[in-house]
Amino acid sequence: MTDVFLWLAVGVLGGLGAIARFLLDALLSTATGARFPLGTLVVNLSGALVLGLLVGLALSANAYLLAGTAVIGSYTTFSTWMLESHRLAEDGRRWLVWANIVLSLTLGVGAAVVGRLLGAG
Amino acid sequence: MERNRAPAGSAGSRLALALRSLPLDRQELAAIFAGGFVGAIARAALERTLVAPAGRWPWATFIVNMLGAALLGYFVTRLQERLPPSLYRRAFLGTGICGALTTFSTVMVELAKMLESGHVVLAVAYAAVSIAGGFAAVFLTTKLVRRARLSQ
Repeated sequence: MTDVFLWLAVGVLGGLGAIARFLLDALLSTATGARFPLGTLVVNLSGALVLGLLVGLALSANAYLLAGTAVIGSYTTFSTWMLESHRLAEDGRRWLVWANIVLSLTLGVGAAVVGRLLGAG
Repeated sequence: MERNRAPAGSAGSRLALALRSLPLDRQELAAIFAGGFVGAIARAALERTLVAPAGRWPWATFIVNMLGAALLGYFVTRLQERLPPSLYRRAFLGTGICGALTTFSTVMVELAKMLESGHVVLAVAYAAVSIAGGFAAVFLTTKLVRRARLSQ
């Protein structure tokens, strides 16, 4: 694959990852109607699991760039996690802020570890 | 992100209702795709330029996450509180660019690797500084936009 095609593919796959995040988040936010940002949490945890799996599979550099960095990197989001935590804090929902941060971090690392073990099989 | 809320009901009926009300606006999805395209290339290019050796601070991921959090706080506050509502700007700049520029999964994999290789102090520092820094970035840009509004 030439470099131009490779980077175009990174862009296209990144765009699709972003759309998948948007749709799943919208679906979960509408379905639960809760103040807790469950949509972003589910997106981020599922992405951490799959990225861990891809690392465990020990793909070639380019395959990891496309499946991992482009798709899953764009699918998960750090900025929305922080924005939603900040907005919860502004609303005085201190417990939800801590829940959002601690659950994302602990379950996220756990998902990455489990994914890696599954991938390395 | 918040959307219109479904009325109470069984989980199944709420999910069915949510499916029907999914925001399948083609232009909005195109805006998200375009933003995701840009954000993913920018992040991937930086990850390839600043490769972090095992047991070292992952600068590439850290930089995109701090930058993306700052930009998202700026864009969302500005779009929600200062400019006339525009679905596509929020979709392109926020959900697309900032969402794809930043990455949660990479941080988790980096933390898992640090812990597995015994770099516990580095892992704790990286997690704490990323979260405190990302939160502070949103806080500061939000404040900046609101101050600019008040001074007008």
